[in-house]
Amino acid sequence: MRAGSTILGALAFGALAVIALWLPPWLVSLATIAFANALVVLGLIILWRAGLVPFGQALFYAIGAYAVALIGRYTPIRDVFAVILAGAVCAGVAAYLVGFLLARYREIFFSMLSLAMSMILYGVLVKTETLGSTDGFHVEAGSFFGYRPEGEASNLATYWLVLGICAVLAWLVALYFRSIAGALGNPIRDNEIRVEFLGLSVDRLIHLKLVISGVLAGIGGALAALAVQHVDPAMSYWTTSGGFVFVTILAGAGSVAAAFVGSLVFELVRSFAVDFVPGEWQMILGTVLLLTILFLPEGLGSLVSRLRRKPEASP
Amino acid sequence: MLTAFAIVTDGLVYAAYLFLVAVGLTLIFGVMKILNVTHGSFYAFGAYGAATAAGIWFDRGLPDAGGFLLMALMAMAIGLVLGVVLERGILRFVYGRDEVVVVLVTYAAFLILEDVIVLIWGPRSYAAYQPMVAAGSIDVGDLTLSNYDIGLVVLAALVAIVGRWALKYTRYGRLLTVVIFDRETAAAYGINVTLVYTITFIIGAMLGALGGAVMAPKISVTLGIGVEVIVLAFAVVAIGGMGSIEGALIGALIVGLSRAAAVHLVPQLELFVIYAVMALVLGFRPYGLFSQIQPRKI
Repeated sequence: MRAGSTILGALAFGALAVIALWLPPWLVSLATIAFANALVVLGLIILWRAGLVPFGQALFYAIGAYAVALIGRYTPIRDVFAVILAGAVCAGVAAYLVGFLLARYREIFFSMLSLAMSMILYGVLVKTETLGSTDGFHVEAGSFFGYRPEGEASNLATYWLVLGICAVLAWLVALYFRSIAGALGNPIRDNEIRVEFLGLSVDRLIHLKLVISGVLAGIGGALAALAVQHVDPAMSYWTTSGGFVFVTILAGAGSVAAAFVGSLVFELVRSFAVDFVPGEWQMILGTVLLLTILFLPEGLGSLVSRLRRKPEASP
Repeated sequence: MLTAFAIVTDGLVYAAYLFLVAVGLTLIFGVMKILNVTHGSFYAFGAYGAATAAGIWFDRGLPDAGGFLLMALMAMAIGLVLGVVLERGILRFVYGRDEVVVVLVTYAAFLILEDVIVLIWGPRSYAAYQPMVAAGSIDVGDLTLSNYDIGLVVLAALVAIVGRWALKYTRYGRLLTVVIFDRETAAAYGINVTLVYTITFIIGAMLGALGGAVMAPKISVTLGIGVEVIVLAFAVVAIGGMGSIEGALIGALIVGLSRAAAVHLVPQLELFVIYAVMALVLGFRPYGLFSQIQPRKI
């Protein structure tokens, strides 16, 4: 079963990589952003399993993105793998430091403090003239071990890069969920004291989860910066964080795959909504979120598992 | 000396504003254990309503006092309607779910209401400067103080005193205290907890709208004003301890004075000082200065 889902996942990523050759460019770009953002959602799922919902995950997303942008601006390093690694490290360090405060809190305190943190970064970015203030600034195109694709080829190359990194990280996160630290997410949500009685520090487990989710968000932001070739303070704004939370609720925390499907659906719906009903986007978002919480508390992913369970339940 | 005086007066005015927006949030949290993100919408609706009311009244050249009254009444009416619709229409279906889930429900409602604002008032911004002008100003020593600001401080003090008196000495206030302490025991003693929840939510909504209304003349009423308020009010309430009116008052004073000090002494720090104070307080008292001890379930 476990090996089965790993092979299934690998096949799915392989298929996604191949069909890009026949897809229109706008769809490839959209999928690139969707999968980059799915990494952030993956991090949120890790926290959600422990009952934590950060309203400021865009903090790490923006740190990853700005790290890539700043390296492109002040150093000659262009290699995508090097800059993504830098983005991941910066976001990870930030998550580690912020974690000392955040890991002590649960529920709404955790959510709101993380929101406050991201709003501080937003304030700093908006006020810093050298970083382009509200306009942000351009991100230099990356190179792949010296190879510099142009135009159409660059789009595809970025897409494959995002897909490859997503595949590796999805596999690692699946491994993490099977490890002891990862499997303790639900017990922490249900009853912390019992976890403490197992001889484990809940605060440290949560700190670890924070750093992992921060690194994932940082890589997501770095990839998004490379794909869009522009960064601006809106990346750290609460609406960005809200979007990630939205996808997490919609997809449900049941599986790793949910993050990718949910994120793709979200980006597709958004691009259509912006075309057809530009003024009512937040209203649609709010309504769908409300309906999901009221009628599908486990997210859309639960529909699949419900269908799967049905034949077993009937005699 | 002049700077010190300016810091104190500016700090008090800012603290009054913070208290007015935070008190509704802390009341709803204290009684219902809901962190109400929609509070930002109440604030925004109150500000828009008041700006509209000010536009209608003052442009006709009617007596000033009526204008202030109309602004406040407009905001209260809006708060009443929003409070009833949200509590009866949505929130009562999610009582008993995880706190975080309830926050997400209010967040969803907040998103919807943001677009409702655009539908009603359009994307342009409003300026309700008339009350500031009508109130005039007085000179104290070398400083010029706006009467409107002084009124704001008086109003905040009034809300704090009335709120505390109502909680301690009225029948409804005593019932509320019981519900805050233990919802189930209160229900077992025959208190209509559902009704208490509804009334509390409406009062909280009206206070939020009133906060928006009194701030409308001092800011540009535009899209997105609700969000800042949520983060700010949460910071104030977190410093004081969620659910405590005294806490909100102390929190507002600490934040207001330290921000005023930063503005006058080191303007670059203005943005961070609120969060720095919050981090400092929470570092020593993780759940705020006036927080109640929470029992942990095993």
